[in-house]
Amino acid sequence: MLPVDYIPRIRDNYARLGYKAYNWVVNRDAAPWTPLRKPLSQCRLGLAASGGVYAAGQVAFHHKDDTSLREIPTDIGTKELRATHFAYDLSGARTDPNVVFPIDTLRRLVQEGFLGGLASRFHTFMGGIYSSRRVVEDLAPRLTARFLEDGVDAVLLVPV
Amino acid sequence: MTSARDITLAVNPPRAAFLDFPLGYTVGKPHAPGLQRRILVEALSSFETMTAPGSMKELPFRWSGGEEWKAKAFAGGDDRTPRHDAPQYQDEADRRLAEEEGSRSCPVCRS
Repeated sequence: MLPVDYIPRIRDNYARLGYKAYNWVVNRDAAPWTPLRKPLSQCRLGLAASGGVYAAGQVAFHHKDDTSLREIPTDIGTKELRATHFAYDLSGARTDPNVVFPIDTLRRLVQEGFLGGLASRFHTFMGGIYSSRRVVEDLAPRLTARFLEDGVDAVLLVPV
Repeated sequence: MTSARDITLAVNPPRAAFLDFPLGYTVGKPHAPGLQRRILVEALSSFETMTAPGSMKELPFRWSGGEEWKAKAFAGGDDRTPRHDAPQYQDEADRRLAEEEGSRSCPVCRS
């Protein structure tokens, strides 16, 4: 079976429910391109995930256009991770956060030598921010600044 | 990573790896570390193999529970919970930890 086409599916669903049509982000320009300058086995990887993951002890995300970030140390115990979100099925993420925040998997890939290393912290935020302008002008630049601080060679983005 | 192929093609990131799984399982199934590892190895390898911006790699994995989920996704109604603007904790214990002890006991509480 073909992949789900979410844009027409959600457009039709919103119309049936009487909701205002959602403005999807469509970028028609060529994407920017930076080649990887060394093998993955020598790269330090950063990660940003939008599944609403936070650590026990942190203030949880709220569900109304929350553009805040949480930093998660990459040596954290997996049992300390939590997930909160209004728009996806959390049952997988709450029993194993790796499905939306692959911390154990990435630590394993470092042990195996597939990756050179991980940044000392990963970054999480809350998806479902309904203003793409706030993402572009506020959230994305703050994320970029953190990755520059972290000295990463490549970044894995894990949306939900 | 993405499990929403058309949304990611519209956003047009430099590199993408598409996993045809339900939303909420971007990197695999829970408690399936072997599968999660294979998914990430395939996805991350794209850093070394892709040569042009806008490339999307289709990952060779199928949801083991069948494809029924595809018919149900956003097919009717609205499954989302209300969009409260106060912190939404997974557990009440997390709220207590964050509000009462967080600043003292939690070394990672910078947000």
